[in-house]
Order: sequence, then C-alpha cells, then structure tokens
Amino acid sequence: MSAIIKVIVIDREGTTHELEAPTDMNMNMMELCKSYELPVEGTCGGMAMCASCHMYVQSEHELPEMSEDEEAMLDQAFFVEDNSRLGCQIHLAESLDGLTVKLAEVGE
Amino acid sequence: MIQTDIIIIGAGPVGLFTVFEAGLLKLRCHLIDALPQAGGQCAEIYPKKPIYDIPAYPEILAGDLVTNLLKQAEPFKPGFTLGERAESIEKTEDDQFIVTTNRGTVHRAPVIAIAGGLGCFEPRKPPVSNLSDYEDKGVEYIIKEPDFYKDKRVVISGGGDSALDWTIFLADGVAKEVTMVHRRNSFRGHLDSVQKVQDLAAQGKLNLMTESEVVGIEGDGIVESVIVKTKEGEQKVATDHWVPLFGLSPKLGPIGEWGLNISKNAIEVDTFDYSTNVPGIYAIGDINTYEGKLKLILCGFHEATLMVQSAYKRIHPDKNLVLKYTTVNGVQGF
Repeated sequence: MSAIIKVIVIDREGTTHELEAPTDMNMNMMELCKSYELPVEGTCGGMAMCASCHMYVQSEHELPEMSEDEEAMLDQAFFVEDNSRLGCQIHLAESLDGLTVKLAEVGE
Repeated sequence: MIQTDIIIIGAGPVGLFTVFEAGLLKLRCHLIDALPQAGGQCAEIYPKKPIYDIPAYPEILAGDLVTNLLKQAEPFKPGFTLGERAESIEKTEDDQFIVTTNRGTVHRAPVIAIAGGLGCFEPRKPPVSNLSDYEDKGVEYIIKEPDFYKDKRVVISGGGDSALDWTIFLADGVAKEVTMVHRRNSFRGHLDSVQKVQDLAAQGKLNLMTESEVVGIEGDGIVESVIVKTKEGEQKVATDHWVPLFGLSPKLGPIGEWGLNISKNAIEVDTFDYSTNVPGIYAIGDINTYEGKLKLILCGFHEATLMVQSAYKRIHPDKNLVLKYTTVNGVQGF
C-alpha cells in the first residue's frame, strides 16, 4: 500500500494545484495542503476542533462519514455548504485518487 | 505594579513549565494569559483529549497535563494575571520591561518570555459585512454582565453550549425578548440544555429560529434590527443586541506589534537560547519559529529549559551558573 494518488486543490484565489499524495503516511488533506505550503492553518493539529482546514469537496468521491466532532465543528464554522468537510478528517487513501477540493474562505 | 524576574506571556504548558525551570534557578515568574484559566489550548480546546508524546506518559489527558504542570510549578509560587491580554511592551531606562494588559495591569521585569502558543484566543466573528460598525453598539461577542440585558431584546447566534446556556439564562426572565438563531436543526451541547431551550420555545419565552443565519445588521449608529436568512427567505428581527457565540479562535494579536521579527505568524528566534531580536525578550513553544521547528509540547519544554539559563545570565551577569540536578538537591521552593 504505497500508492501515490493525485488530488486537486483549488485555493481561495481560484488557482488549481495538482498535488501528489502518498497513501502510506497516514496523512490527511489538511496535512497534505500544509506540506505543499497551501494556506491551510490546521490550528488544532487535526482534531476537528478549529475549522481552519474547512474545504468544499467538489468531486463525487465517497468520503469517510462525518464524526460527531466534525459535525459539531462545522456547526460553528462560517461559509458552510452542503459539501463542506474538514480537511483533517479526510484521510488519504487510494480510493481518493482524483479528489477535488476547494479551500473555504476564512472568517475574521 | 507587579515586579518579577520573568514575565511569561501565555500560561499554556510551556509557560507553566518555564516557572519550574526558572524556579530551580531561583528566578521568580509571573504569567499573563488572555484566557480566564491556565493551560492554554490544552485547557481551552482539548482538555479531554489524550496526548501520547509526553516522555514517560504513555497517555495523558491534556487537562491532566495542565494540572500536573501547575502542581510542579507550585513550589515556585508563580503570579497570574488571567483573563487579560498582554497589550504593550515598553523598555525602561534601567533595562527593564513594562508589560501592560488590556485592562491596565502593569508588570515589570528584566526578562520577558513569550510562550504565546497560537496567539490569543478571541471570539470568532461571523462574516457580516458591517459587523465592526456595531461592535459595542449592540454587538457583543462575550456576555460579561448578564444584567446588561435586563429588559432588552437580544438575538443570540450559535448552537454550542455557551449559546444554549446564555439563551436559557436570558430567556428565563432576564431579557425582555430572546431570539436564538441557529444554522442547523439540531444542537450539539448538553442534552438537558437542548431540552430546556426547546421547552422555553414551546412556552413562548423564546423565539427559536433554526436553519437560519444572521446575515445583516441595521440601525442608526446602534443595532436596531438584524436580518435573518431562513429557509423561507430573509426576515427582519427588531432587537437591541446581537450576541454571536461561535467559540474562540487564536489570533497573533498585539504580539505582532512589539517590534519582534515575525515570519509566518511566528516569532523568529536564535536556537542558542530562544532569544528574539530584542535582547531580554525570548519566545518559546508554538509561538516561535526556526529552521527545523516542530510545534510539540515536548520541544517547548526543552526550549524553556535552555531559555531560562540565558535569562539567568542576563539577570545576574556576575554569577556563574552550575547545573544542579533535582535528584541531588530536590526542589526548594520560595
């Protein structure tokens, strides 16, 4: 299980970034974005407790179900849409090859 | 004025451990934190989360880590200024620093250690374009004096515990009229609070608007009404106050204005002693940055330990410092 997948991240300016993501590092989308120095804070370190990695999933991939923590956090976040997820809760797996996300706006 | 040896800005785990390490060198510390309790993120964001990378603790809850650090620091009798944000730093002619908080508390010391973590926790502000025009003119992010809302009309936004608790409190005979606006249909938070809110709504004491969001404010200089977007469309709700309660998020805040070299929202330091570009001001823990920096509590503890050695030399330039093991001398408090 050492496949490299490709995911597409559209930043807040609308620029598309095609990222190579390893699936054997137990990484999530928040960490992947940070490793490419995309503007994702990941303030809480991936505990679904800050919503600074809020993103919109634009592709049809089947994602892990939302935990109660994630739901609760998105409850408090701004600019939430039906396809909102926290990047830190999307773990990179082979099935996510081609995943496309857009970074959500950050409030003040 | 509070006089001490080291003013520690930030009472998170690294700030607390600094008290211990400084205490071993007979240096006194005073901690300032914007939050009302010590512990920083560990206490505010994730007290019930286990941490697995503290040496000798295979697993420890963040809240317990804070409790233990407070106990470890206790012999050295640290001072605390809590619930106040360190606002300004001034240098005096006799090489001391004056740190003043947003509430005007003044502290003086020859050394400052900034252990500010992610910055200060501040209320999250909803994205309403003219929000700042109404701050303290009907918009409040924190309820300080519940009596302030006596016989007033209040709109509360949010679906978490603090929104629920304040709604219950104000709707039960304090405010004249309470409206709760929540984006979703369900609430998180304690089940009995949720039940109480629903009961109050059923009794007509609370105007509960779910699947709704405040999207605008209107009023001549002060809040007179808010615009609530519901599933059916927009609706104007007349009110004297709007209290958005969406939790806290960290901001670098005034730290950015203290003349320190900042890069990517963190303070640049020399890894020799974690000193900043201003002699006498150090930065330790998550707030600092250097090549190879890792934001780990463990690394912050190490930084604090080396930092106080340098602080000692600054405070006592004529004395030679010899490392003493606690196993030899024990811990001699103040």
